[in-house]
Amino acid sequence: MPTRTVAVGSASGLHARPAKLFVEAAAAAPVKVTIRVGDRKPVPAKSMLSVLALGAKQGTEVTLEADGDGADEALDGLAALLARDLDAEETSDV
Amino acid sequence: MSDQPVSLSGIGVCAGIAAGPLLRIAAVPALPPPTPVADTAAEVERAHAALAEVVADLERRADRASDSTIEGVLRAEAMMADDEMLRDGVREHVEAGQDAAHAIDAAFGSFREAFEAAGGYLAERVADLDDLRDRAVAVLLGLPMPGVPQPGHRYVLAARDLAPADTADLDPEQVVALVTEVGGPTSHTAILARALGLPAVVACPGVLDLAEGTLVLVDGAAGRVDAGIDEATAETARQGAVQAAAAVSGHTGPGQTADGYAVKLFANVGSAKNVPGADEVHAEGIGLFRTELLFLDRVQEPTLAEQVTAYREVFTAMAGRRVVIRTLDAGADKPLPFLNQEGEPNPALGVRGLRVARRRPQVLTTQLAAIAEARSATGADVWVMAPMVSTVAEATAFAAAVRDAGLPKAGVMIEVPAAALRAADLLKVVDFLSIGTNDLSQYTFAADRMCGDLADLLDPWQPALLQLIGVCGAAGRAVGKPVGVCGEAAADPALAPVLVGLGVTSLSMSPRALPAVRASLAGHTEGECRRLAELAVAAPDPAQARKLVT
Repeated sequence: MPTRTVAVGSASGLHARPAKLFVEAAAAAPVKVTIRVGDRKPVPAKSMLSVLALGAKQGTEVTLEADGDGADEALDGLAALLARDLDAEETSDV
Repeated sequence: MSDQPVSLSGIGVCAGIAAGPLLRIAAVPALPPPTPVADTAAEVERAHAALAEVVADLERRADRASDSTIEGVLRAEAMMADDEMLRDGVREHVEAGQDAAHAIDAAFGSFREAFEAAGGYLAERVADLDDLRDRAVAVLLGLPMPGVPQPGHRYVLAARDLAPADTADLDPEQVVALVTEVGGPTSHTAILARALGLPAVVACPGVLDLAEGTLVLVDGAAGRVDAGIDEATAETARQGAVQAAAAVSGHTGPGQTADGYAVKLFANVGSAKNVPGADEVHAEGIGLFRTELLFLDRVQEPTLAEQVTAYREVFTAMAGRRVVIRTLDAGADKPLPFLNQEGEPNPALGVRGLRVARRRPQVLTTQLAAIAEARSATGADVWVMAPMVSTVAEATAFAAAVRDAGLPKAGVMIEVPAAALRAADLLKVVDFLSIGTNDLSQYTFAADRMCGDLADLLDPWQPALLQLIGVCGAAGRAVGKPVGVCGEAAADPALAPVLVGLGVTSLSMSPRALPAVRASLAGHTEGECRRLAELAVAAPDPAQARKLVT
């Protein structure tokens, strides 16, 4: 199964606005994506509560997994999003 | 009407008269005793429908929200309630034999544990989870969702106290007055009331004992709530309020007493968004431009360029007029993530306001450079002041930094009794003073601004507070330098003549409060103001001070 492991880039961690952007992107993906920290249980990437509950901070390595058509493209996009510092971009896109 | 007429008294924090049925903030529903479930599928359906209604309600409120920050908060909450793992959890608990309400409680409970265990930001979100659970349980029980009522008609809102979160739900088209059982002149309720221009009475015991829907008359100047009035009385009050508003708005132009003594009337703003509100009431300038907005929720300090843009927007809009900009007032109730202020045992007495410059001088010098750059070519009369100054040495250093940045006018806020006592010495090194009455009350009376039980100590009519303001006013008069008031006290029309009599030369407030203050000043000569000031300072307590003056 395609996987991507990436360190969270946002200064505040995978919370608040960065979490919202990630969950929205995951919900829009054509395949079901899961996210986990280390070897903990994978959770659906489009579940806001589950993503928040990971407690991922800046620098925490998270692993994305998905299967099926378009899985690689979807994972590339989501991994790139996670790696960015979405807090720092706050003022440029509002 | 079967209600016996009763009159309740409290502290009036925003003048004005309004009448309407009294509705209270709906209480959090208690979980009912567990019931056996006969039809599991139907019970899952019922629980999911309750969650869906919570999401729909939050989305409707987000659609109606006029403020983009509030809209964002509501959408984020909706996203948390519209969660497939939450629905799966609910289903599992129902299948294990729990009824809908208990299944919802249990499903939120597992996330609650995870959030608490993670600590920090997530631990603070536990309150959001509890709120969502309470809303869903209320739907299941057929009760109103907890929070501010949205009945679709005008009413008087009653509560024990209002929290900042409640303000997101408060629709000024529906709420005509605020009454709280606790709170004080500087509590959130009072600040909110003045921002919205709503008559308000706080610290009003007994208000929650009134029956829901009782017709009440709220007098925000006298601090009185009359319950059990008839519809005719209510209608007379409404007409009176309309006429009073018309009379007040009849006064325009620069602030002055009846005999033409000028008192500058300024508006408090947080960003360029507030400038139209200030223009609407003919504010002569900005007496307090708070710069915290740009810094809130930031992990890193905003860049020089970002600051220049934000400040220039306000300066440009105020070309030809005064803008008193306050340097960053961080700490205490406004901690900023990038300053790493966590862990202070007593933040109100800690490293806040100008004191931040002791640890991080660069934050101040960058901000002053940004103000200087933003000011250039805008034509605004920019004055700069520092918050939380205690000594002449601090004021001297700040004034030097302001001049080094190429800015013409440096002042300090008077929020600490030590500074008020040395006002004359401070005016030897700065160009002006601006009294922040909220903090000056807090520090003079050693009473936390958020502590409702101590509300009486934070009354701006406290003679000791007025005496300290008088020390500053006298110092200003002696050398002909301006002394302003920019705290909540400046918004009280009855107190305005007293402040002027004490030597205050400008008043800065929420724009909504400005017309009534202007009208009040126009009704007194400068000599009367001085006499009223003497009476108020000599009074034994705030109630007597009010009685002697009004």
